[in-house]
Amino acid sequence: MVIFFLRRLVGSIPIIFGVALVVFILFHVVGGDPALQMVGKHATLQQIADIRREYGLDKPLYVQFFKYLQEIITFDFGRSYATRQQISEMIYKGIGPSLSLAFPAFLITTLLSVIIGLVVAYFRGSWIDKLTVIFCVIGMSIPSLGYILFGQYILAYQLNMFPISGFDYDIFGRIQYIILPLIIWVFLSVGYDVRFYRTALIEETNQDYVRTARAKGLSEPKVFFKHVLKNTMVPIVTNIVLEIPLLILGAFLLESFFSIPGLGYITIDALNNSDLPVIKAMATITSLLYIFGNIMTDVVYMLVDPRVKLQ
Amino acid sequence: MSISITTAFEEQQKYPKGRSLWQLAWHRLKKDRSAILCASIIIFYALIAVLTKFGLLAHPWDQVVGEQYQPPSLEKVELWLGTDIFGRSVLYKTIHGTKLAMSVGLVVSVMSVPVGIFFGAMAGYFGKWVDEFVVWFYTTLSSIPNIMLLLAIAIAVGKGTSAIYISLCATSWIGLARVMRGEFIKHKNRDYVVAANSLGATHASKIFKHILPNVSHFVILNFSLQFMSAIKAEVILSFLGLGARGEPSWGVMIDDAKLELARGVWWQLASATGAMFFIVLAFNIFGDSLRDALDPKIK
Repeated sequence: MVIFFLRRLVGSIPIIFGVALVVFILFHVVGGDPALQMVGKHATLQQIADIRREYGLDKPLYVQFFKYLQEIITFDFGRSYATRQQISEMIYKGIGPSLSLAFPAFLITTLLSVIIGLVVAYFRGSWIDKLTVIFCVIGMSIPSLGYILFGQYILAYQLNMFPISGFDYDIFGRIQYIILPLIIWVFLSVGYDVRFYRTALIEETNQDYVRTARAKGLSEPKVFFKHVLKNTMVPIVTNIVLEIPLLILGAFLLESFFSIPGLGYITIDALNNSDLPVIKAMATITSLLYIFGNIMTDVVYMLVDPRVKLQ
Repeated sequence: MSISITTAFEEQQKYPKGRSLWQLAWHRLKKDRSAILCASIIIFYALIAVLTKFGLLAHPWDQVVGEQYQPPSLEKVELWLGTDIFGRSVLYKTIHGTKLAMSVGLVVSVMSVPVGIFFGAMAGYFGKWVDEFVVWFYTTLSSIPNIMLLLAIAIAVGKGTSAIYISLCATSWIGLARVMRGEFIKHKNRDYVVAANSLGATHASKIFKHILPNVSHFVILNFSLQFMSAIKAEVILSFLGLGARGEPSWGVMIDDAKLELARGVWWQLASATGAMFFIVLAFNIFGDSLRDALDPKIK
């Protein structure tokens, strides 16, 4: 299994290279002069030249590309333009707040959606099922912005149940700031997940072996929870594992609105400040995380489904 | 002894006519009331968009029709949804936002069809290094989380409506390409293709005349999905300030609403969110019904 993992890691190198290429082309080639973008059009020539030298933008493209590859490997992305901090420092500082929102949200969403999905699939066709599906579809259709703004306005502002925004670095102090974005996050994701799990479970129940199990005389709960569930683990787990790396990205919008200083907030901030090095770094990191997540998905597949062998 | 000989034609007339996948789907869709309702909503939005585009509806959106922040009232048509910070009609802005959303959705989905089919078919049909390259290409593009890629492209290309079109088009074909590739791989070795081959069919003939019609239902499904994603993405991009500047857009309205809520002004947020909600909901439900209607396994 370790060999499998290593094999996949090696196999993902061309992808990582491709991602680096795409990000590089986007930022250094397509996007006009990065120096101008960062400093703005009204800067003096001296400022532009300084920026160029600092970020190595005056060197030929292939040199810049090598430098970029180096940055990826060493994980040192240089300095942010706007805040002058080391980008890797900013990332380390940002992970904590991001995760304290993302991780509980992920746990709660997964638990809730699996449970609701199970209940709904078990009672498929009944009014519980139909009502839940309606709610899920409605939930999926409301833009996240709508949730955030309404949530902030009604729950925080009008009813004063939660603070409108902010964050506290203290472990327990942060709880009150996390609750509202947490609720919104769960609301957003549960709709999609429940529908997905429900479909997967129902498809599984239409299989022949379920008919056999029922014909054997097994009770419906046993058929469902013992047989169907096990076989549906594959798509369920795949979905779950794929979501993990995106957690760190921490729902850009939620962090931005609730002023939670996580990675998403940093990215949106950088966007507003045209802070290219930071955006580039974030794009790279999120892609790496996603690729890693895919590899983990395959590994988990192998663990969960004995039919999958090493290729 | 009389022998009755029936011709093949008469034989055929005795049995009920078979239904193709499309006929079956159409028949199912016609019976599905929620699908018809949603399709009507979509057509309604499309009509509004077209009328607005030609200036027949909600024509001058940037005219001041009242004082700033007037709540919705029934006085004039323009005031039905109130006014914004400059006294412009929120109703008119919402209608123009509809035009933008529908055109972004349409352009992006239409673009994604030929590109997706092309890459998917090439990869699935020819295999080997063409396949390797195409898979590498779209895996790379899809490894960059969607929002991030949209942001990066929007920054690179410069802010504005064209940024939205370009960035959405660049990512929208990937889903269809994946599906097409899988389908082409499956169909490549099917009997009917082998038969066509033995008759001397060219590659182009096999791809377009034989296989493609058998996988085209995925194209339709993908189209409706893409349309919806494009609308949502446009709103988010505009909201982040990367999109339409001169013309009203739901995203920009929601962005403005951030500040307005503190003053108790809720109508701009409500109309933009509501308008978006209904079209996205309609696409969701219609897409589901479409998928069920096109599924040959459901009897």
